[in-house]
Amino acid sequence: MANYSTNEFRSGLKLMLDGDPCSILENELVKPGKGQAFSRVKLRNLKTGRVLEKTFKSGESLEGADVVDMDMQYLYEDGDFWYFMEPDTFEQHQATEQAVGEAIKWLREQDVCVVTLYNGSPLSVVPPNHVDLAIVETDPGLRGDTAQGGSKPAKLVTGAVVKVPLFLDEGDVIKVDTRTGEYQGRVKE
Amino acid sequence: MADNWQPGINNSLLRARSELLQSLRSFFQQRQVPEVDVPVLGRSTVTDSNIESIKAVVSGNSAYLQTSPEYFMKRLLAAGSGDIFCLGKAFRDAEIGRRHNPEFTMLEWYRCGWDEHQLMDEVAELISQIANARSEAPLAVTKVSYADSFESVFGIDPQSTELGTLQKMAAELGSESWAEESRANCLDLLFSLKVEAQLPDGLVFIYDYPACQAALAQIHLDAQGRSVSRRFEAFFNRMELANGYRELTDAREQRQRFDKDREQRHADGKPEITVDEKLMTALDAGLPACAGVALGVDRLLMQLQGAESLDQVMPFSWSRS
Repeated sequence: MANYSTNEFRSGLKLMLDGDPCSILENELVKPGKGQAFSRVKLRNLKTGRVLEKTFKSGESLEGADVVDMDMQYLYEDGDFWYFMEPDTFEQHQATEQAVGEAIKWLREQDVCVVTLYNGSPLSVVPPNHVDLAIVETDPGLRGDTAQGGSKPAKLVTGAVVKVPLFLDEGDVIKVDTRTGEYQGRVKE
Repeated sequence: MADNWQPGINNSLLRARSELLQSLRSFFQQRQVPEVDVPVLGRSTVTDSNIESIKAVVSGNSAYLQTSPEYFMKRLLAAGSGDIFCLGKAFRDAEIGRRHNPEFTMLEWYRCGWDEHQLMDEVAELISQIANARSEAPLAVTKVSYADSFESVFGIDPQSTELGTLQKMAAELGSESWAEESRANCLDLLFSLKVEAQLPDGLVFIYDYPACQAALAQIHLDAQGRSVSRRFEAFFNRMELANGYRELTDAREQRQRFDKDREQRHADGKPEITVDEKLMTALDAGLPACAGVALGVDRLLMQLQGAESLDQVMPFSWSRS
């Protein structure tokens, strides 16, 4: 990969830092009137998700990280790996449990996710913002109690547990926002 | 078709900018200090290893946009001008950001026979006059030595602490590459990231900079007998605003510092800059004892108006030019 000098730093640029791929969130030039210039950079470690702050001397360079985001279809899991497919080439990629991370709770076969590839292997998976999933386990629905605005836990087909209104029953399909894990509404089938 | 034809400054700030330029001029007019409009384009430039000049070509010869009016003003002082001020443009390459623009407006002035503390007082009077005219609470003004401000944050003396300790601190705060840096660079990092961030609101003067950061200031002994430079910086709401000196007048020492700059530039792989011999001859002829200061006018307006970036207080910052 190419090296990037501090004057090429901008948000979104992917760099290697201490052996991990990172993405620049912010870059600010600090230049004391009579002193050396430096770049104050906020980065997200793409492996751990942690945000860190570093200050580099102006002109210093870091190795670029071979990181690309790609839309891929989720196929299936075999207990060890989760399989995703590039829609154009049908090339399949296997992701570890660590790479799939939180997305495990929302993955439904055939859904299109954003898979971040690092050196060609899945580093992280972002599920679609909204997914429609069936309730497989919850307390019996209380019809006519919609005004109360109470909620109860419901287990979904993927294993995720979300809070849903009291009137919903097992077998109902609901829309969930995967970024917040919140119930968005019932899907009429 | 370019879609960013519009200015970064709004109409009310454009007026505030005009008023600020007038207030600065009338402050010196009242004190009978004449304005000098020295060239912004010159045959020579600074050797400073941390300042890059923008090159120009004049009749086939290389020239430079001036990074400050300092050398021309010093030649006027050596020629017997007495107190002078300059309000104009200065240029520095590779400085682009929220608080930096390659072209900016600088106010620089010199007071003959004054020391740096008298000049700090005058900077405080100037800023207070302007700030208090538009605010009910008077501007807070604080003065603290570099060593005291550094020690209050890090608990160690910036000059006597071993270089290895400072390098370790800088590497922890910045990145691994600071472990090899000079004392001046490590101190700059530690000061900029930690001490500046903890300065109080209002105008703060930091004086008696470490000898390794003297630039063009005289060296003297402080109250504790430490060799420090007679250099100060003013910070306005934690933003660097002005830099001043009790000016070095010894031509021989000046040449030594320029030669050191040039060696540093060579070591850093930066373009070679020859020493401004006209300035050197003027210093040989005799620069009167004086104190001088340069102040960033765009940054002053930014702080007075609570703006977030230079782009909001300049008609057209670099990105729009």
